[in-house]
Amino acid sequence: MMKNILQLKNVRKSFDGFLAIDDVSFAVAEGELSAIIGPNGAGKSTLFNLITGYYEIDRGEITYAGINIKGRGTEAIVREGVGRSFQVSSIFQEETVLDNVRLARLAKENKTRNFRSPLEKFEETTESAYRILESLGLGNQAERYAYELAHGDQKLLDIGIALALEPRLLLLDEPTAGMSPEERIQTTHLIEKLWKEYDLTLIFIEHDMDLVFEIAQWIRVLHQGSLLAEGKPDEIRENADVIGAYLGEDHLWEGY
Amino acid sequence: MSLKRLNNRIFLAGIVVLLFLLPFMKVSEYVVILMNEIIVWGLFALAFNLLFGVSGMLSFGQALFYGFGAYVTGLMVIHFGAFWFIPSILIGMTAVIAISILLGLITIRLSGVYFTMLTLAFAQLGWEIVFKWYSFTGGDDGIQGIYPPDFLGTPKAYYYFSLILVLLSVWIIRKFVNSPYGLTLRCLRQNPIRVSFLGRKVKNYQLGVYVVSAIFSSLAGSLMAGINGSIHPGMLNWTTSGEVILMSVLGGIGQFFGPFLGGGVIVLIEDIIGAYTEYWSFIIGIIMLLIVLLFPKGVLGEFSKLRRRLKI
Repeated sequence: MMKNILQLKNVRKSFDGFLAIDDVSFAVAEGELSAIIGPNGAGKSTLFNLITGYYEIDRGEITYAGINIKGRGTEAIVREGVGRSFQVSSIFQEETVLDNVRLARLAKENKTRNFRSPLEKFEETTESAYRILESLGLGNQAERYAYELAHGDQKLLDIGIALALEPRLLLLDEPTAGMSPEERIQTTHLIEKLWKEYDLTLIFIEHDMDLVFEIAQWIRVLHQGSLLAEGKPDEIRENADVIGAYLGEDHLWEGY
Repeated sequence: MSLKRLNNRIFLAGIVVLLFLLPFMKVSEYVVILMNEIIVWGLFALAFNLLFGVSGMLSFGQALFYGFGAYVTGLMVIHFGAFWFIPSILIGMTAVIAISILLGLITIRLSGVYFTMLTLAFAQLGWEIVFKWYSFTGGDDGIQGIYPPDFLGTPKAYYYFSLILVLLSVWIIRKFVNSPYGLTLRCLRQNPIRVSFLGRKVKNYQLGVYVVSAIFSSLAGSLMAGINGSIHPGMLNWTTSGEVILMSVLGGIGQFFGPFLGGGVIVLIEDIIGAYTEYWSFIIGIIMLLIVLLFPKGVLGEFSKLRRRLKI
């Protein structure tokens, strides 16, 4: 039996009286590829922000790799091995694609404090950045500025930055948002490939139900800040509460 | 090495050679002194640009460190003699590390306009102390007769002394900007949240660059004391901080050498137009207005954009 890498116990978070996350508890097994779904405003991104320490929880407990991460701060949690991408691509627009990932590699290798050596001197770091870009299909765009990339490629670069940190737990926030149907299919397969290749525990937030039901081993459904249901894709598909609150009576999960 | 990079290097080498040959070009001592002022202002603007252009931290108080360097040199030379001129530069640069760490720990807690206002407040506090402490600083009269040692006693010798220190500083700052630390600073200007999601503490890097900027600002202040032979409270005033911001914006805040160009233009305008009219600042105002409207990225910034578009 796989051990749990992440555990949330009765987590609660509110903003100015609005309860964004209400008593959420679940455990994520190491190596799992899972999805979090739910309507807009369900608290999905907030949950990622809590897991990464960007928001502090009001109540409850989040344990990552056996460590209680409450109050540890984003930087420390990231260094422990939690990486994430963002709903709106969070990249360094004015740097080259290579430098975006190279910075993340330098951060991982604890070399960002070096103020004497030029970047070109870090050959191994650069090579590893190239390898990551190749695995994302961005290798031929390495010298371009990030702002020159198409939207879909910017989303991939965002994932690349997170991957460069060699996370054990990777959180992807709507990785296919704004992509064309074709790009969505490609990205879906890419996520699955990265999960296997990098031996990750991967949680993604997604509105595209085709993607979710195609690759997720486990699905958690958030609704109005609460965990409505969790289970295997088939169980979620049949769950009356989920159908009523989110998927709809006719089981149509396209077009979200 | 790419052709573009090679061209850049040849161009820079040409400028350095020209700077070294300047005193031999049958120019008057006045021109040598003016050029000395330009390179020292350029250094100060470059140090400021490390904060603003590279790291996105708009300090309105860099004159504090510039003035501090000037006063350390001025006071030491006046009280202990010309021999202390060179050691005073190093003492100023070392002492400013402690001061900038102390102030940085307070100012960097804030960001955006609050950071800007706090830096302004501390600089004005420094200005007020210098202005009022007549017995020690000479108050609003400042201090005159700050002469470097005899071997630097001519404008030409002092120009070479400044030039070597400025070029050395430029080399160090350029290495700093092109290092992993520099890349981190550039990235935190663009997206500080993402930098913290790389496991890096943004404030530590901001403090680091604040200190580095203060060190080179202090050096510029010390060198300027030697050029003018005098110091005055205005060197710490907000107008001096404002001037260095203008230089950077004019040259191009995103450009490494932009501040030097901006520094050169403003010093020349002050000097040339200042000889004809006391309203030279009006001319600078008009030029700034035109630059901001026509070249929002500054002169070098627009030039660089054009080069990228033409792929040359």
